[in-house]
Amino acid sequence: MKVTGAQALFKALEGERVDTVFGIPGGAILPAYDPLIDSKVRHVLCRHEQGAGHAAEGYAWASGRVGVAMATSGPGGCNLVTALADAKMDSVPIVAITGQVPSPVVGNDAFQEADICGITMPITKHNYLVTDANLIAETLREAFHIASTGRPGPVLVDIPKDVLLQEITWRWPEEIDLPGYKPTTKGNLRQVRSAAKMIMESKRPVLYVGGGVIKANASKELFRLAADGRLPVTTTLMARGAFPDAHELALGMPGMHGGYPAVTAMQKADLLVALGTRFDDRVTGQLAAFAPDAKIIHVDIDPAEIGKNRNADVPIVGDAKDVIAKLHAELTRQQEEAGGVPDRSEWLLTLESWKQTYPYRYDQPADGPLKPQFAIERLYEATKGDAIVVAGVGQHQMWTSQFWRFSEPRTWVNSGGLGTMGFAVPAALGAAAARPDKRVVAVDGDGCFQMTAQELATSRTENIPFITAIINNAHLGMVRQWQELFYEERYSQVYLSYDVPDYVKLAEAYGAIGLRAEHPDEVDAVIEKALSITDRSVVIDFRVDQREMCFPMVPAGASNDDIIVGPEGLRPTNEPAEAPVA
Amino acid sequence: MNGQLHTISVLVEDKPGVLTRVAGLFAARGFNIDSLAVGPTSDDGLSRMTVVVHVDRKPLEQITKQLNKLINVIKILEHDPGEAVERELMLVKVRAAGEDRPRVMEISTVFRANVVDVTRSTLTLEATGKPEKLEALLELLRDFGVIELSRTGRIALARGDKGIRERGARSKVAAVGAEEWTGGGV
Ligand SMILES: Cc1ncc(C[n+]2csc(CCOP(=O)(O)OP(=O)(O)O)c2C)c(N)n1
Repeated sequence: MKVTGAQALFKALEGERVDTVFGIPGGAILPAYDPLIDSKVRHVLCRHEQGAGHAAEGYAWASGRVGVAMATSGPGGCNLVTALADAKMDSVPIVAITGQVPSPVVGNDAFQEADICGITMPITKHNYLVTDANLIAETLREAFHIASTGRPGPVLVDIPKDVLLQEITWRWPEEIDLPGYKPTTKGNLRQVRSAAKMIMESKRPVLYVGGGVIKANASKELFRLAADGRLPVTTTLMARGAFPDAHELALGMPGMHGGYPAVTAMQKADLLVALGTRFDDRVTGQLAAFAPDAKIIHVDIDPAEIGKNRNADVPIVGDAKDVIAKLHAELTRQQEEAGGVPDRSEWLLTLESWKQTYPYRYDQPADGPLKPQFAIERLYEATKGDAIVVAGVGQHQMWTSQFWRFSEPRTWVNSGGLGTMGFAVPAALGAAAARPDKRVVAVDGDGCFQMTAQELATSRTENIPFITAIINNAHLGMVRQWQELFYEERYSQVYLSYDVPDYVKLAEAYGAIGLRAEHPDEVDAVIEKALSITDRSVVIDFRVDQREMCFPMVPAGASNDDIIVGPEGLRPTNEPAEAPVA
Repeated sequence: MNGQLHTISVLVEDKPGVLTRVAGLFAARGFNIDSLAVGPTSDDGLSRMTVVVHVDRKPLEQITKQLNKLINVIKILEHDPGEAVERELMLVKVRAAGEDRPRVMEISTVFRANVVDVTRSTLTLEATGKPEKLEALLELLRDFGVIELSRTGRIALARGDKGIRERGARSKVAAVGAEEWTGGGV
């Protein structure tokens, strides 16, 4: 069968079972938009390529499948850059397809030419410039394979216009050959045995769970390991939902704005079992002072993560699902041999007491001002957590991660590694496109919202509804907080305004429903109203106390021992960290 | 310069951009590559790069792991000093008029260099050998005046009967299959 390169592209996308792509057409990619009309693939016309990129990410986060974004050459591809970098940092499987100027003029500064492969080399897992339409199907297969296997990540495929127009004989490559790409997925049994032994010997173990566990769909395996081994669990910002927050062994989120129990448990642990996580600085605080007494078992599919920031006593390269299952089996065997789970009741009691003494807290005065945490908590209660929650970057992101009680994987979508403001609205769009059966709620900052709010138009015209709850503190709140705490309250360029723009009117202009709550009394009614609407997007303008700060906090570069638990700036009195811990 | 000198062989697929990808990993971490030599191998479609870089043990390990993650990189071998044959080729144009000429010729002979171009006032020598030998030769030639110089950068093969693909190397974690992986402090 004779096809054009553009037709081959869509046949290949269909072959990869792609149902949705997010994109914007333009000159160089134009040929691809013609066969699109006859294709089974749904194209969601975004309003900005960055939006298309984040939407592809949101799709991937929520579904576990590869998200796809399309853009034209030059400015189109360049607008994808932030999303690609974000996907690289957070190991999100996406494939970006960009048009390129025709091959004969590549390198000539032709209209809308940008060397997008050169630009995106360090921010993609891999990228391709396709020089022959006969290679399109094969390249797409490789791209999807690379994006979705091993440590997932973004792959960009750049196709010159003439290649999209080139006529070829269609052929679907059944096999691909990537001699330099063979991720190690099966964990070494000998290492697993040593790891289990180390757990048996530990008096104060903590499972330090990262996003890799969600990527590997290993939540069930994790649950069994934790439950049967009686091992307390911390879930990083990237791993929220990997383990149910309501479980007695759940300690919540560690890190810069993590809870006291999680942060301090890791500091005091004698063993950290790091699962699909990378000892990121936001988690470790000052690296030299991080978990000083802990031995480390480090499980990751990416060998480059092992030993990168902290040496591992037992490194295990492999897929989290495989390794955790093996570890569970081996630990169960060793426990049976030893006649049961080692007695760590003292440790578990200590942790439980920290959970009781140091929950996340805030004070909502009955007569206002409205506290951001209260709005988020009420939203959680009203949805009963049965939603996919998406966050932007800043205080609201941390509060959402703190106050949302997750029970399932893939119900939390956010920008962790890159910390990309503007992520939430388009990512919510993508998540809602991937999971039309689920309620999608974006909790966004007023600053973040304004970076990508244009995708509300996409939501309306493509009929992909979701709720956006703007935590409107009239400020670039997180930056304001740092200036308050570390720059002697010298506020510099952080004031935005409560009412410019008028978010309710803006929502309405985009064909969404706009709601507002300024007082704690109004919160429940507004949320109820929002949840009653299912055929349109809703934007809620929660006007919250601009002075509220996000705690606990470990100041950047400080030791996790110096966690500030609340606005009074004091470390906990009666110092439970000094409490007997075995 | 920081760190020790390391010689790394990188077997890569001969694809466009692969040199940039490899070089980019060093550049992104602020490491200066001392020398880089690329050429075809006996396998069709595969090239071999020899990278010489000054870097400490720990960052080197991170770089080799990152290199391993590049899709087009097939294999990496870090050469232990003394365990590899290392050679470099140099062309050097040196002033050699009048009574300097026989002196330059003499030095050239001692170093087993070949004269590959002659003018009234200059000689161009071709020399191969270990980098230290070339340095020594160059040192002597500087007295006469070096006009220009071109060096290939170092190339290396490990000693012994194995090819790069049969070797399990220290920093080869990524390519080490699960069952081979014995761990240690990485
Ligand atoms: C694209 C981008 N620019 C700048 C920053 C730095 N930054 C981090 S948080 C933040 C403030 C975010 O303000 P807002 O969206 O209102 O959220 P809040 O912190 O008030 O909840 C800024 C500017 C960033 N993370 N991303």
